[in-house]
This record gives sequence, structure tokens and C-alpha cells, in this order.
Amino acid sequence: MKSQSRRDFLKIATGTGAGFLAVTPALAFSGMPPVNNKNLGMLYDATKCVGCKTCMVACKRVNGKDGNQEVEKASFDKDGLWDSPIDLSGNTRTIIKLFKEKNTPWSYVKHSCMHCQKASCVSVCPVGALTKDEETGIVDYDKDICIGCRYCQVACPFNIPKFQWDRALPQIIKCNFCKSTNLKEKGIPACVEVCPTEAIIFGTRKELLQEARARIQQNPGKYIPQIFGEKEVGGTNYLFLSAVPFTKLGFPELPQEAPAVFSENIHHTIYKGFIAPIALYATLFVIALRNIHKQEKHPEGPDKRPDGGKH
Amino acid sequence: MHHEDYQKHEGDLFTKSFFVLLAFVLMGGYLLAVRCIKGIGAVSGMSDGFPWGIWLTYDVATGTAMACGGYAVAILVYIRHHMHYHPLIRSCILTSMFGYGFAGISVMIDLGRPWNVYNFFVPSQWQFNSALFEVALCVMAYTVVLIIEFLPAILYSLEKSEWLRLRTFIDWLHPSLAPKKETLINHIDKVRKAAGWIRPLLEKVLIFFIVLGITLPTMHQSSLGSMLLIATTKLNPLWHTGFLPLLFLINCIYIGYSMVILESLISCYAFKRPYEAKELSGIASIIPWLTAIWMTVVIGDLAWRGQLAAAVRFDFYSFFFLLEFALVAFGSLILFNRRNRLSLRTLFISAVMIVLGGGLYRFNVYLIGYNPGPGWTYFPSLAELGITVSIVAFEILGYQVLVKLVPVLPKIHLHSHGKPVEHKIEQKISA
Repeated sequence: MKSQSRRDFLKIATGTGAGFLAVTPALAFSGMPPVNNKNLGMLYDATKCVGCKTCMVACKRVNGKDGNQEVEKASFDKDGLWDSPIDLSGNTRTIIKLFKEKNTPWSYVKHSCMHCQKASCVSVCPVGALTKDEETGIVDYDKDICIGCRYCQVACPFNIPKFQWDRALPQIIKCNFCKSTNLKEKGIPACVEVCPTEAIIFGTRKELLQEARARIQQNPGKYIPQIFGEKEVGGTNYLFLSAVPFTKLGFPELPQEAPAVFSENIHHTIYKGFIAPIALYATLFVIALRNIHKQEKHPEGPDKRPDGGKH
Repeated sequence: MHHEDYQKHEGDLFTKSFFVLLAFVLMGGYLLAVRCIKGIGAVSGMSDGFPWGIWLTYDVATGTAMACGGYAVAILVYIRHHMHYHPLIRSCILTSMFGYGFAGISVMIDLGRPWNVYNFFVPSQWQFNSALFEVALCVMAYTVVLIIEFLPAILYSLEKSEWLRLRTFIDWLHPSLAPKKETLINHIDKVRKAAGWIRPLLEKVLIFFIVLGITLPTMHQSSLGSMLLIATTKLNPLWHTGFLPLLFLINCIYIGYSMVILESLISCYAFKRPYEAKELSGIASIIPWLTAIWMTVVIGDLAWRGQLAAAVRFDFYSFFFLLEFALVAFGSLILFNRRNRLSLRTLFISAVMIVLGGGLYRFNVYLIGYNPGPGWTYFPSLAELGITVSIVAFEILGYQVLVKLVPVLPKIHLHSHGKPVEHKIEQKISA
């Protein structure tokens, strides 16, 4: 019995070793896909934003039909005249928030989908309802494909995709740069079109990065010397400039490697060409068939041993 | 297939527990209706920060691991060639079938847009980067495989059964059905013949499905671990590692063996059958080796990533990590001793500890160690728990009914008096 158990152990250990071998190269390899600076993007300059929320109004006016986004009433607003969401939600694709620690400094911030270069949500969506356009870089959502599993919400490091929890027929709500509405009709997202202070500008990622660098250079001391989104999680197409640290504006501290690169490396190593599963099936099949033949020849085989079998 | 290894459990179908469980199922039906009318938010504590609650964490991620008994015993019987465990396999496959079937039901309740699920079968929508795609296809395929593996038992009882219940039912209906009674009985004979014709054909190709039934869980149980690989910034470093797939795979096998022990002990106790002590202690001897390897990978990986200090920091996360680890460790420590394995009581206690510890590991990965950022909290709502409880009730109810209709449980060898043999160690089970 002892020797049997030891043999078990060796067999299991060999299997575990194989598991290690599958994972280790995936961990060692951390090649990021190249950043595509020709993608479309937005640059939000928090120092220029006056918090008028015109962008929020325009966004809901243009995209509200998508998912029947409703007006979110505040508790004090008895007449329901004002749309006052407190965060991104199943009714709201973009939101202006105010950060205020003391009287100074304070800053507005505009949250919406970051349109990552290597988007986690696109990587995890099991049915391809979330897609990234090669050319424009827009991360778009198709409710006619979506199964509502909410894996995109788990995966997104910015917690951007929102689900309609209070609907019988819910869907995911997230910004798509007005891809099928304003961008299609007027060539510019609605929020950028209406911004009175040009706090949000629209263009290729390359132009926006140049502009952002120029602003930091020309106004020494005004900005945090960092363009948020340039490097974070492999780069995003929505870029930020701010006078206060980005963590205070509600952004998480993020690594430069895209989470999707890490997970896909491991997943692809295991399932490369579907070879491993087929090999596993074939091996198991041969073993099982041999065992069954053995059983047919000596039906009482293993049980004849002195201890009545293995144990 | 050795049909003589198994027998039906004789007993009344409509017991007290039947109606209690049925009440829970009906409650679940009501909650499900609320969910369909008012949305998932109305019956759950889930939010945009915690988009996956206990339906996924318990019913799917943990439930399928607990349903791995069929997988684990199939490895033992067909791959390791220990045929004397063969009598256990049918009840294991039945519980696996229920476990996976109801994980499937939970997913359909949990999905926001279930009518789009057909996209899993549209090749142009296939998304090989997604661990969930792999899990979904494998779990669906495995559920079908389990049903096919169980089919011989159903066909066998269709063929051999006297159809007493149906006959009594027809007799009861007799006055109104008088002219049709004969044709009905004719139909029954046809069904019986068809079952007798299909069964041997199915049994010839069954080995293809049995091996598939070992390959598929290997794939999707490891992929259940891969699911959280993407959450690099949200899952606590105590659990977020590239070895998640490997850890989930080993975890499901030792949970599977522990569940086989528990299910056998509980069903023998509930149905007042003799305990299968020899088989169970044999299975129990495998568990500590598996857990030892699992714990080695966990500790080695923590050391490699420099997280050992975080594991013993005794904060919220460290507490749950240590609890999970201690349950698995102490449960296995008991099983290393041969004498402990022969005592049904210690066997039960250690199996419970390992299932709880192994299950807590999955909870830790999917919920407890998951932190989407400040401002988000999750605790399951009463209705959310209610739906899970009703699904579990449905599962037990189905098991209870099927073991009485179909020969599933290992055959008890009878005395001349017709009473079950009380002493189980000597009991020899023909393979």
C-alpha cells in the first residue's frame, strides 16, 4: 500500500510538473502588442473644465436611446426636472465629478470608457459582443450579441462598463465615442462638440499626446507631469491632464502591462492549437481502453490481491 | 456496464422531505419570476462593482467542483484501473449530472440576456481569448456527456421495470380511459423494446464518452481558475497568480473525492443502507497526496512572488487565506493516518473540512479576495440566497427521486432473511 501511494504521488507530481511547464514560459514572456497611435482618442484637460456638465446632457440626448437610458432623479428633486446621476450607471455613459479635499486644490474629472489599446473587456467577452475597431481603436458594444454575463465588468480595471440591474431586459452601457450617432453624423463625439471651454478635444492618439506634452512643457508647475493613459495598462485612447494627482480623481493605480496580455499568454499556452486537449483525450483513451480489456480478461484482477485491491 | 452492481432504493417517493424540498423549489420559482419582471437587481445584492455574486461563486465555481465526484472516480476506475470502485460510479455520475445541470440553471438565471446564448454556437462569434468561452462550451458539453453516461441506467430501468406506478395510475384513471388502456400498455411494451435495443448499442460506444467525461472537466475546471487571471488589479495578490488554472484543477479533484465520501456517508445514513467503508477509506487515502501538492504549489508560489508576509499579516484577507489553508491542511493531516481513514466519523469530519476549505478557496478567488476599489461592498441578499437554496433543494429532490426510480446505488448483498448485511468491512462487492 505504501509503495502504491508513493507511485500515486509520483504520478500526480509529474502531472503537476507538466502544469508548471505550461505556465512558466507564459509568465516569463511579457511581450506587449505595439501601441497604435493612429487610433482615435480624446484628451481631457481637468484644468480647463468648468464642470458645466453640458457633455453629460449632450451624451444622453444623442445616445440615450441606446438601452433607454433614463433621467436619474436626485432625492431632493421632487419634480424630476434634473438629470443628476451620482456615478456612471446603466443610464449614464459619461459623468463629471468634482474632487475637493479642502477649498484648494479642487478639480473636475470626466469619467467614461478609456478605450484601452489592449482592452480587457474585449479579451474576456465570451461571444465577441465587445469589439475593438482596428483602425479607429473604438471599443464598441453590441447588445444583440451580448449574453449579459458581466465578465467585462469583472475584467475592466477602471470599472467602466455598467449593467442595468433594474431592468427585465438589461444591457451593458458604456461610451463608444458616439460611433453610431454623433461621430457618424458629424465626425465628432457629442461631448467634444458641445464643450464650451475645449476641455475635451478629439483627434488621433498621436496628435493628442503631442498636444498634452506641449501643454505640460509650456505651463511648468501647472500640471502633474504625467499624461494619464499614456502608459497605464498598455495605454488608453482616452488621455488625461490634471493639476491634482490622478489617484485623487478616482483613478486606480495601475501597472503598465495590460491585464489581458497576462491572462491571454497563460490561456493560449494551455490551449495552443488545441493540441493539449486532443493529446490528453488520446492518452486517456488508450489507457482506459487497455484497462477495460484487462478487466475483460481477468475480471477479478485487482481484487484478488491479498488486501482486497489497492487499499 | 455491470448492471448487476446497482440497485434501486426501495421506498416511498412522497416522503416528508420530498414536500419540504418541494416548498423550497416553489419559493425559488416565485423569486425567479420576480427576477424576470423587475431585473436582477431586485433579487440580488450584486452591483457594478461586484457583478458576480454567489450565483456564480457558489452555484457555478464551487458547485461544479463539488460535482466533480463523477470526474474524480472516473479517473480512479478507468485511468488508474481500480475496478472495485466501479459500484460507486453511478451515484457519483448522478450527483455530477445534477451539480452541473443546476450550475447551468444558475447561469441562465444569472445571465442578463440569456436569449442571446445561442451565440456560443455561432462560429464567427467564438472568442478564444476568453476563459469563459472555454468554460461555457466545456460545461455544456460535459453536462451532455454526463447525461449520456447516465442513460444506460435509465434505459435499463425502462426495459426491466414493471411500470407499476404507471399501471396503478392508469388503473386509477381506468373508468375514463377504459378503451385506451390496452393501447397504452402496448405503447409501454414498445418503449421497453426500444430501450432494450438502444442500450447495448450505447454501451458499445460509451467508452468514447467516458474518456470525454474525464477530458472536459480537466479543461473547464482549470479554466474556472483562468477566469480571474484578468483581474490583475482587483484580485488580492494572495490569490492572483499565474498558477490559478493548476490550483483550480487539483482543488476540484480533491473536493471531488471528499464529496464522494460525504455523499456516500450521507445517502447511506439517510436511506439506512450499510456504509461502503472499505471503498471510502481507499478513496480517502488519495486525498492527502493531492492536497499536499496543492498546498506546496500555493506556498511555493506565494514565496516566489514575495507574498508570504502578507499571508500572515492577520488582516481581513490573511484571515480568510489562513482559514482556507488550515481547513484543507488539518483535514488532510487526519487522512494521512490509516486508522483514521477506517473510522467513519473521522472520515466524515475530515471530508467536511476539505470540502469547506477547498470551497472557501474558490470563494476567496471569486468574491472575498476580489476588491473592485473603494466604495463597493457585496453581501448576498435574502432573495439571492433563496434562489441558491431552492436550486440546491431541487438538486437533492431530484437525487432522492431518481435513486428510487433507477438503479443507481451500489447493490447491497442480502442475507437469507432478505435483510441487508450489517457488517460492511467484510462486504465483498463484485466489480
